[in-house]
Amino acid sequence: MPATDPNDIVIDVRDLVTTFDTDAGVLTAVDGVSFAVRRGRTLGIVGESGCGKSVTALSIMRLLPQPMGKIRGGEVLFDGRNLATLPPEEMRRIRGGRIGMIFQEPMTALNPVQTIGRQLSEIFLLHITSDRKQALEMSIDMLRKVGIPSPEIRVGEYPHQLSGGMRQRVVIAMALACKPAVVIADEPTTALDVTIQAQILELMHALQEEMGMAIILITHDLGVIADMCDDVVVMYGGRIAEAGPVDDIFAAPAHPYTRGLLSSIPRLTTPRKSRLNVIDGMVPSLAELPVGCRFQNRCPFRIDACARQPPRENVSPQHTVACHRWRDLPPFVSAP
Amino acid sequence: MSQPLIQVENLAMHFPVKEGLFQRSRRFCRAVDGVSFTVGAGETIGLVGESGCGKSTLGKCIVRLLRPTSGRILFDGEDLSQLSARKMKPYRRHLQMIFQDPVESLNARHTVGEILAEPFAIHDIGDPAHRREKVRGLLDKVGLPSSAADRYPFEFSGGQRQRIGIARAIALEPRAIVCDEPVSALDVSIQSQVLNLMLDLQREMGLSYLFIAHNLAVVKHVSDRIAIMYLGHIVEFADAENLYRDPRHPYTRALISAIPEPDPRRRSERIVLKGDVPSPIHPPSGCPFHTRCPYATDHCRQEVPRLRPTPDTTGHEVACHYDRPWN
Repeated sequence: MPATDPNDIVIDVRDLVTTFDTDAGVLTAVDGVSFAVRRGRTLGIVGESGCGKSVTALSIMRLLPQPMGKIRGGEVLFDGRNLATLPPEEMRRIRGGRIGMIFQEPMTALNPVQTIGRQLSEIFLLHITSDRKQALEMSIDMLRKVGIPSPEIRVGEYPHQLSGGMRQRVVIAMALACKPAVVIADEPTTALDVTIQAQILELMHALQEEMGMAIILITHDLGVIADMCDDVVVMYGGRIAEAGPVDDIFAAPAHPYTRGLLSSIPRLTTPRKSRLNVIDGMVPSLAELPVGCRFQNRCPFRIDACARQPPRENVSPQHTVACHRWRDLPPFVSAP
Repeated sequence: MSQPLIQVENLAMHFPVKEGLFQRSRRFCRAVDGVSFTVGAGETIGLVGESGCGKSTLGKCIVRLLRPTSGRILFDGEDLSQLSARKMKPYRRHLQMIFQDPVESLNARHTVGEILAEPFAIHDIGDPAHRREKVRGLLDKVGLPSSAADRYPFEFSGGQRQRIGIARAIALEPRAIVCDEPVSALDVSIQSQVLNLMLDLQREMGLSYLFIAHNLAVVKHVSDRIAIMYLGHIVEFADAENLYRDPRHPYTRALISAIPEPDPRRRSERIVLKGDVPSPIHPPSGCPFHTRCPYATDHCRQEVPRLRPTPDTTGHEVACHYDRPWN
């Protein structure tokens, strides 16, 4: 693991706080989240529903639902600017330009009544060229690059004429059109079948090698994280429970939540019909998070001190954890 | 060997595709196209495949939410496949179903107590006091407090709602439950709770499960035997351990290699299949998998391979003209 060179950091998120105004009052969806994404690398954000992973992504892109969602604090540093306070029109130029986006459901990202070619061309026309013919040629090239067969025919088709996997390829083409420095992918393969997921993950990997962009990959699937990411941030209840290089986190998770997750998923090597480890209780909603450590009421290692928020401490130079008890935990026995 | 609880024989479900000015059906969607297997008492059969492979349709045919086009479904030796709703009723209590999204399968306007008492009312079992007693027992069995009876489904989390769905399915002590993606919509930390509950209930009540899912690791954990489906056909059928140790169909091998394992040490060499699953309205000629199979020959394009036993005599069956061991 190379030491972190500050010039290597593409996006630096510092103490991000995002809230939602709801009927039930102000809910804090993201509560003091910090991480850095490095050039050409893939950072995974993993967690369960309501943990704040998608809101973190929406905050970075400034696409929070309006008027409820607000960034209340912190910075998102990118290209020497703070995206959290950038005027909307400047932000619009960055989105789809220097920052690409891929969402779970490609149909929501595509306009159903415009051809694929028109939608892709629009990106080139907005960011790169004013010549329509050239924009269309660039679109065809981009479609070819993401593995769409006969792209010169496909540009004239509408999204509904494509399969789910092909649509996600089109969305990836749109995200990468302007050679972004970073791509934010929110559950990009969750809606897809396993064999199609394998195609899309391989494509993203290949394009990263070729184009060198950083990827922020948001998923609930620890398998996808293990497969794709260099670094991982584990979120729970709006905060970071644990973060570090993927190999370290999977081999020696320091947070009881990460440990619980890793030991509760059935694997191909788990003895059949054996009792699976469980994390007791339920995933809490934002309105009922406990004060202090968010995980305390599901945690088998809870002590009185857990009523105070644990500081983020270093397990190793790259690996951090927010738990009062991480030093006291028994050694982690990973799956066979 | 005694008679299996459920015997599915050459089952087919073809949906008419309505099109054109007069909505006439000239073509059919062959969702399930000639499937045979058995489910023993207390046994779990896993049914795995990608969307559109027909696994959910097959499950719905077996509990007779759908009337199959042809073939037989023998339950305890009795053919249910073409029974009328009235004749089917006595069998329903023995044959239940759990769905992926419990919210959609639970009546939102009824309390949990009413939902769980309903099966007793339908089958005219016990008086209200007896039913209330039963409801308490069911809630306890699936790990919910008895106070849950007075609340509504929307007041519960996903995992708890699935527990309610399970409680309703086991209310009349069925012999078999078709489980259609029962944990796929749940958070990872909740999935293992529900899987443990399902395994406990199976041991306690001697239930048979038909467990439909796309997550192979989950299916392997709960199943005794596993069927791999592709475009309405079973392409491989084997003992759960055997299927992973010795997958023989090229599709099974690709499917297993495509699961991302939660272990960075095992970043495996993925077999990435080309293209998409063809439409069941225009299924390819010959082997349904030949359009994506890296080993397909003219033989595969012309002749449908039958599901045949492999030489290993464990009951392992595969539908491939070129069956061979790989590992």
